[in-house]
Amino acid sequence: MTAHVQRHSDFVIQNVSRRGLLKGALATGGIVLCAQIPLGRASVAAGAPKFGADGMPHGTVNNPLAFVSIAPDGTVTIVCHRSEMGQGVRTGMPMIVADELEADWSRVKVAQATGDEMKYGNQDTDGSRSTRHFTRPMRECGAAARMMLEAAAAKRLGVDITEVEARNHEVILKSSGKALGYGELAVEASAMPVPASDKLRLKDPSRFRYIGKGGIDIVDGFNITTGRAVYGQDVRVPGMKYAVIARPPVMGGKVVSFDAAETMKVPGVEKVVEIPAPPSPFVFLPMGGVAVVAKNTWAAIKGREALHITWDEGAHASYDSKAFRSALEETAGKPGEVFRQEGDLDGAMAKAAKKVEAQYYIPHLAHATMEPPSATVRITDGKVECWTSVQSPQAAHDLLVKALEATPENVTVNVMLLGGGFGRKSKPDYVVEAGLVSKAMGGTPVKVVWTREDDLRNGFYHTVSVERLEAGLDATGKAMAWRHNSVAPTIMSTFKPDPKHEANWEAGMGLVDMPFDIANLRIENGEAQSHTRIGWFRSVSNISHAFAIQAFAGELAAAAGKDQKDYILDLIGPARILDVRAAAKDFWDYGENPDTYPIDTGRLRKLVELLAEKGEWGRKLPKGHGLGIAVHRSFVTYVAAIVEAAVDEKGNLTVPRVDVAIDCGPVVNPDRIRSQLEGACIMGLGVALKNEISFKGGKVQQANFDEYDMVRINEAPGETRVHIMPHEFNMPIGGVGEPGVPPIAPALINAIFAATGKRIRSLPVGNQLRA
Amino acid sequence: MFTLRVNGETHSFDGDPSMPLLWYLRDELGLTGTKFGCGIAACGACTIHLEGDAVRACQTTVGDAAGKSVTTIEGLDPEGKHPVQRAWRAVNVPQCGYCQAGQIMQAVALLKQSPKPSDADIDEAMSGNICRCGTYQRIRVAIKQAAGA
Ligand code: FES
Ligand code: FES
Repeated sequence: MTAHVQRHSDFVIQNVSRRGLLKGALATGGIVLCAQIPLGRASVAAGAPKFGADGMPHGTVNNPLAFVSIAPDGTVTIVCHRSEMGQGVRTGMPMIVADELEADWSRVKVAQATGDEMKYGNQDTDGSRSTRHFTRPMRECGAAARMMLEAAAAKRLGVDITEVEARNHEVILKSSGKALGYGELAVEASAMPVPASDKLRLKDPSRFRYIGKGGIDIVDGFNITTGRAVYGQDVRVPGMKYAVIARPPVMGGKVVSFDAAETMKVPGVEKVVEIPAPPSPFVFLPMGGVAVVAKNTWAAIKGREALHITWDEGAHASYDSKAFRSALEETAGKPGEVFRQEGDLDGAMAKAAKKVEAQYYIPHLAHATMEPPSATVRITDGKVECWTSVQSPQAAHDLLVKALEATPENVTVNVMLLGGGFGRKSKPDYVVEAGLVSKAMGGTPVKVVWTREDDLRNGFYHTVSVERLEAGLDATGKAMAWRHNSVAPTIMSTFKPDPKHEANWEAGMGLVDMPFDIANLRIENGEAQSHTRIGWFRSVSNISHAFAIQAFAGELAAAAGKDQKDYILDLIGPARILDVRAAAKDFWDYGENPDTYPIDTGRLRKLVELLAEKGEWGRKLPKGHGLGIAVHRSFVTYVAAIVEAAVDEKGNLTVPRVDVAIDCGPVVNPDRIRSQLEGACIMGLGVALKNEISFKGGKVQQANFDEYDMVRINEAPGETRVHIMPHEFNMPIGGVGEPGVPPIAPALINAIFAATGKRIRSLPVGNQLRA
Repeated sequence: MFTLRVNGETHSFDGDPSMPLLWYLRDELGLTGTKFGCGIAACGACTIHLEGDAVRACQTTVGDAAGKSVTTIEGLDPEGKHPVQRAWRAVNVPQCGYCQAGQIMQAVALLKQSPKPSDADIDEAMSGNICRCGTYQRIRVAIKQAAGA
């Protein structure tokens, strides 16, 4: 990344209601003074390895003129530049700014940024990165704004800046207690120079008003509970048409010919538009097909049903999940490419008193965001406007620029609320579709609606994997040898022609960074090819890696005749900083600096101990109940879970209680950490119990929730208790959105074993417990 | 041609009466608070009230609503002061929020039938409403809170 620096200090009038054109979603709609902002930040020395936010495109921006505006009535508007998909970022990011700004939260409004990474820094909302990467820049942004308000007050009062202090939406003259409100200082404050980053006075954490405190309601609560919240699917633009698209049922398929005569007879249908098939690799391009444009969604859906399309199904029409599973299993039995090696595995295996081996299977999964993907595009005089729910508005912007041959400044991506993201909405193929259809309609605004069938059949799926584990135990039951061969098609197949191995960032998700203290180990990756679109799904490869490793840990405990929790602590070994850089091909560490975010087995141990205590490990249970435990580090955060499973004589499973403990470093918004973990627990149970996308003849066999069902309230745990490891605000922050998912499935499977003696090695559990 | 009442307003309709109410509400009337999640009565995102009963708008036709009164989330209490809406906010139930209009409409109907629902009543009445974000624990708490428990 090069730093883009432009300097302006002119005032411009800016309408804070970025969503106002839609439904007046922001109540104020006020005009405020706000300065045109200088862009960019110091660039990192060329050639130096970049970690964390610096390693992301466009890094971070801490300039308050990009994020904060203050109206004369004192209303503070804070821009959230990351996408809200339920994780609470529209509450968390502005709250951090407001805290340093000494703003009164009740007088803060939140505006959503358009896709513009030059102005705001990286906006790609995935990888559990928002709080981890932006707490610091958002604090700096608030502190800078606070110092500008103080400078303005000092100037007005003719005193030195040390004589005044910003406190709760006012700047106070210390000597007299005279107070100037933020509103009356706003114009003068905007004219003050933005303090340099190294001159910023950040608050002492003991003086935080909101960070780490809790009791902050989500900012969209009112709009959500009254039906006013606007998601991508809800966008309405005057004169807008609605489109649904018949896409190739097999990845890489093409339209040979189609007959739309019946479609055009459907009342309300106005046009059909063919969308070209993309060149391979497909990246985030639309898969092609035939769009039906109509005056409402229903007419478009009926029109699509009436289409007759002849498809060339292409190279993947023989993809069959069952056959593919056998092929993966065969590969897993053979040696793979070695990703990490320590000690002498074969020698230790030969000496083992007991050998244990197991093979695990995790099928493809679909994100199934509650809101299926949708995008609206309008093109007027070469200006492209888009309204959509995307995790990466900059990616959507750049794809629109390319697909529509527009100039970058003429493309605006307005980010609506996301009805769930989970990684699906960082792949904006649907945005390009809307752009292409609008263009074919002469620029008429067009909303492309994905139905649930489209979502499940034409998604980017979580990979499918076979994980083979072998261990050798000594006479005391201690693990001396460990082999793991992970075989799964890589997400890189979406971006590159035919890669055969997991990428470093996939292997880095729980495979090569496996934290157990075992002297002799070999971690391998067998070859696998992809036959469908594979994409990241919340927690990504951690789902399969953690499932296999933690379920296998449970098997080893049983083989050694030890308590699961004690055994997992033995496997983790003594508290230490585990540096796998020498032994592993590539450790990745979620893009962070491993010196800043090391694998700290002491934190793992403490977390397991905290969980065991709070979760009452070993408590007395009724017959047919069992406890299972799992612990996993992902997204530089540590999460452990205890699941209680109850299985009746007929094999019906219920989950009376789940305890989850998290160590994500310092806490910003405890309520949203809890809600993320509660939700991750449900998603993890879905992965464990119900979810499977399968293929036959290259086609996805599930179409809707009747065939790909979600965990429902009557299947949810009786209670979920979340335990947060307390920390001072003096260490690096970890991710929260994703790390809650991986430990749930293995903890459940270990609990099922404790309850029934049955080992589940193939997900989902489905009917496997039924007699 | 017939009329139906939506959130207290009378609308006349002369289109195809087999049009699902969901698309009439969303696309024709602009009442987008009622969400599209599946279109096959499998998720509850489109839950509305027809004559006070919770129904799935994706499986109710405009013709089914002829001469009847429809309430959507927008009409439940425009100021958001219905006890269920208040409880939802007090507990910070929503994550992404997309399913929540349907959840709230379903919960309101449940509380009308059983003002003091048991845990089992709640699980049964709400099991047709998917929340992909997994807010079920808070939904249970909010329903109890709205019931004054
Ligand atoms: S959209 Fe009607 S139940 Fe899912
Ligand atoms: S809150 Fe996101 S689906 Fe329920």
